[in-house]
Amino acid sequence: MLRVTVTDREQISAAGTFFTLVLALAAGLLVIGGIFLCCGVDPLFAFKKIVSGSFGSLYGFKETITKAIPLILIGGGLAVAFKAKFWNIGAESQLLMGAIFGTWVGLNWGPALPGPVIVPLMFLAGFIGGALWGLISAVLKLRFAINEVISTLMLNYICAEFLTLLIVGPWKSPKKFGFPYTDDLPASAMLSLLPGSRIHTFTLILALVAMVVLTVMLFKSRFGYEVRVIGENPDAAKYAGIDFTRTTLLIMIISGGMAGMAGVGEVAGLHHYLSYPDTISSGYGFTAIIVAWLAKLNPCYVVFSAIFFAGILVGGDAIQISLGLPAATVDIFNGTLLIFLIMGDFFTKNRVRLLSKEKV
Amino acid sequence: MKPMETLEMIDISKSFHGVRANDNINLKVSSGEILGLLGENGAGKTTLMNILYGLYQPDSGEIRINGRRVTIDSPRASLEHGIGMVHQHFMLVQNHTVIENIALGYTRAPGLFPQKKIRDHILSFSKKFNFDIDPDKKIWQLSAGEQQRVEIVKALVNGARLLILDEPTSVLTPQETRDFFEILERMRTEGQLIILISHKLDEIKNLCDRVTVLRKGQVVGHAETCGLDKRELARMMIGRDVVFSFSREKMPREEKVLEVRDVTVDGDKGYPVVKGISFDVYRNEILGIAGVSGNGQRELVEAITGLRLVNSGSISVNGVDITNQSPRKIHNNGVSHVPEERIRFGIAPNLFLYENAILKQHHQKKFSRRAFLAYGRIKAHTKQLIKDFQVATPSINVQTKNLSGGNIQKLILGREIADQPDLLVASHPTYGLDVGATEYLRNQLLKRREEGGAVLLVSEDLDEILELCDRIAVIFQGRFMGILDSDDPLRTDIGLMMAGTKELEPKDGAHAARHCH
Repeated sequence: MLRVTVTDREQISAAGTFFTLVLALAAGLLVIGGIFLCCGVDPLFAFKKIVSGSFGSLYGFKETITKAIPLILIGGGLAVAFKAKFWNIGAESQLLMGAIFGTWVGLNWGPALPGPVIVPLMFLAGFIGGALWGLISAVLKLRFAINEVISTLMLNYICAEFLTLLIVGPWKSPKKFGFPYTDDLPASAMLSLLPGSRIHTFTLILALVAMVVLTVMLFKSRFGYEVRVIGENPDAAKYAGIDFTRTTLLIMIISGGMAGMAGVGEVAGLHHYLSYPDTISSGYGFTAIIVAWLAKLNPCYVVFSAIFFAGILVGGDAIQISLGLPAATVDIFNGTLLIFLIMGDFFTKNRVRLLSKEKV
Repeated sequence: MKPMETLEMIDISKSFHGVRANDNINLKVSSGEILGLLGENGAGKTTLMNILYGLYQPDSGEIRINGRRVTIDSPRASLEHGIGMVHQHFMLVQNHTVIENIALGYTRAPGLFPQKKIRDHILSFSKKFNFDIDPDKKIWQLSAGEQQRVEIVKALVNGARLLILDEPTSVLTPQETRDFFEILERMRTEGQLIILISHKLDEIKNLCDRVTVLRKGQVVGHAETCGLDKRELARMMIGRDVVFSFSREKMPREEKVLEVRDVTVDGDKGYPVVKGISFDVYRNEILGIAGVSGNGQRELVEAITGLRLVNSGSISVNGVDITNQSPRKIHNNGVSHVPEERIRFGIAPNLFLYENAILKQHHQKKFSRRAFLAYGRIKAHTKQLIKDFQVATPSINVQTKNLSGGNIQKLILGREIADQPDLLVASHPTYGLDVGATEYLRNQLLKRREEGGAVLLVSEDLDEILELCDRIAVIFQGRFMGILDSDDPLRTDIGLMMAGTKELEPKDGAHAARHCH
C-alpha cells in the first residue's frame, strides 16, 4: 500500500523554484488545452494565436505593453501587501477610486495648469484616492478584526456602483450626447503616447521606477524588514516590538496607492474621461493578484510576470475574435494558471514522497 | 467481547528521532481502580497515552486487555477496545450542540433521527453519574467543567471502559474540580477503569488507588497511594534529592534592577492568572521562578516584557516605570527576553539567519542608517554571534527554520545577551534541548550574572532552577508560595510548594532585609 508523506523542504533552491514554476505553468496550459478541446478548438492553434496576437506582432506587442502598465503598478503594490500576508483583493476598486480622484483633479485644475504640473498632481491625487479606499479595509481589520479578504472584495462593488453613480449623475457631461461619461480631460492633463501605439510613457516609466523603489524598500529598508517579519510570523513581530497597526496602515497606503495611480494612468493615458467601471479597468485588479503571485512577491519580477499576463489578455482578445470564443475564456485561462501556480508553491516548499506503508 | 477488566502495557518503548520518549514502560490498571500517572513535562506521559489511544505505534512492547494481546493502530481501534480519552484541550465543535458533538464519531447512531437516541443516552449517563448537562446547549455556552463532562459522556456513549484523563483539572475551578472528583469516585464504584495523568501531587494522593511515576521516559516507581508520603512522591517525580553541581560564587546583591509590585494580570480567558505578585531582581543575581506550567508564569513574563497588559500594580526597571509600555520601549530600557515558545515568538522561521539575528534590535543605530538596514554590519554581527554562541549552521544565509531547536535557542539567547541587557528574562531556555546545549546555555546565563546582569529565569526544570538561581520563587495558581534562598534549608520542600501543598511563612521580607541591609 502506498502512502504519501509531506515534509518541509530544508533548502529551497533557485533552480528547484524555477523548475516547479515551469512545471506548474505547463500543467496549467495542459488543462487549459483540455478546456479548449472541449470547446471544439484545437488547443495548439489557440495557443499559437494567443502568442502571435500578443508577442508575435509589433501591434500585439505594443498592446501587451499597454496592458502591462497597470498590471505592473498594481502587482507591485499587491506584492508588498501579500508579503505581510494582508490579502488585498480590492485593487480593482482602489484603481477606480484613484481614477475618480485623478479625474477630478484633472477636470477641475487641469485647464489652469500646464502639463508638467497637473500630471504629477493627478497621480498624487490618484495615489491618495486608492490609499484612502484601501485604508478602510486596514482600519476595519485593525479596529474590528474584520477579515480583509471580505472587506476589500466587497468594497469593489461599492466603489464600482459609486463610480456609476457619478457618471450618470453629478459628473455626467452635457457634451456627450447623453452617454454616461464625464467631460474630456483638458489637453494638459492627457498623457502623451509613444507614437504609433497606446503606450503612455509617463506611466510606464513611473511603474518601472516604482518597482525598483519597492524592491529596495522591501528587501533593504527597516520598513520592509518589518513587513516581512509580520508576514512570516506576527507573534514574533509583536515580540520584536514592531508596530503592527502602523505597518499595516502603511502597507495598505502603498498597496492602494499603487492601484490608484494605475487608475489615473488608464484615464489620463487612454480613456480621457470616466465611464463605466468595466471600461476603465478590465479586471486589472484581479489579474494583478496572479501577477504578484507569479513574481513570487518580488516587485522586480512583477515587471516580467505583468508582461506575461498582459500578453494573455491581448492574446485572449485575439482568439475571441479569430476563434469566436467567449470573453470569459481569458478569465478561465488566468484562473486555471493561478490554481496551478499556488499548487506549484506547495511543491516548492514541501517534499512530497510516495512510500510503501511498510517502510514508514 | 468480554468487558475490559484489566489493561496492561508491557515493555513499551517509543523513540522519536533517536530520543527515547518511552523506555520499557510497564503499567497495569484494573476495573474499579484509578491509576495515577505522574511525571514532569516531557517525562513521556502523553506519548504513552497516545500509544494507548492509537495515535502512535510503539517500537516494541505490547498491550494486553484481559490478558490477551491486542493491536491498537488507530483511535477507532482504541475506541472499539473500549478505550476513551479526554484530552487536556477539548476536542469539541464550539458552534454545535452537545448532542451534535456526541453524535460525531458515534458509530452506533441510527441513520435517521439520531437525536432522540443520543439524548436518551446523555440523560441516562447524566443520571448514573449525577451530571448536569443540557443536551441542547451549544458548546460555547458551557463552562470548562461542563465541556469536560461532555467529553466524558462522549467517551462513555462510545462504550469506553477505560477512561484516560489528561491533566483534567488544569482548566477547572476548585468547585468544578470537586464535582469532577465526585464523578470519578462514582465511576470507580461502577467498575470503570481510569488513568489520571497529572503532576499535581494532591490529586494523585487523594483520588488514585495506585500511582506510576515516570521520569525521562522511564518508570521510576509504582506505589499504592495510601500511606504514601507526598515528599516521597515529589522526590520520585523530580528525580533525586537536591544537590548542587554548578560552581557559582556568591556575589554582592546591591543594585536593584527589576521591581515588581502587586502585579495582577489577566489570562487569555479574561480572568486573573497572576494575582498580586511582588518581587525584585538585583544585579549579579539570577532569580528563578519555579512552578508547574500554567500557574501564571507565562502571563507574568509577558507582562514584564510588554506583551500583555498589567491590570494593576507596577513594574519598573532601573527605577524607570515600564508598566504597560510597548515591547520596544521596554526593550530600549534594557530588558531582553528569551521567549517560552521559541519558534512561535523568537524567530521568523522563513527569514534568513542574519535577519533573525537582529530581530528586535533592527531599529537600533548600529544596524540601521536612517530608513535602511545596514546589512553589512548586520552580517558581521551575525557571524560574531554564531561564533560566540556556538550556533551550528552551514552559513548565515540559510532560512532559520532549518536550524535545530538547540541552535535556534542558542541564536535567540545570543541575540538577547549580545544586547548586554540589564535584565534578561528567560523562559524555559533549555526546554527540549540535549544535554550539551543545555549545559552551554546555563553557563551563558551564569556568565551574564557575573557580568552584572540581572536574570529572571522561569523554568519547570527544578534541577535548572536549583543549579543556577540565587533565589527561588515558587509560583502556584498565580501567587508566590514563597521566595527561598538557594541555601535555604526549606529548599527540599520546593516540590511540595510547586504542587501547592505548602505555603511557607511569609518571611521573604526577612530575607530581603538580610541581604539588602
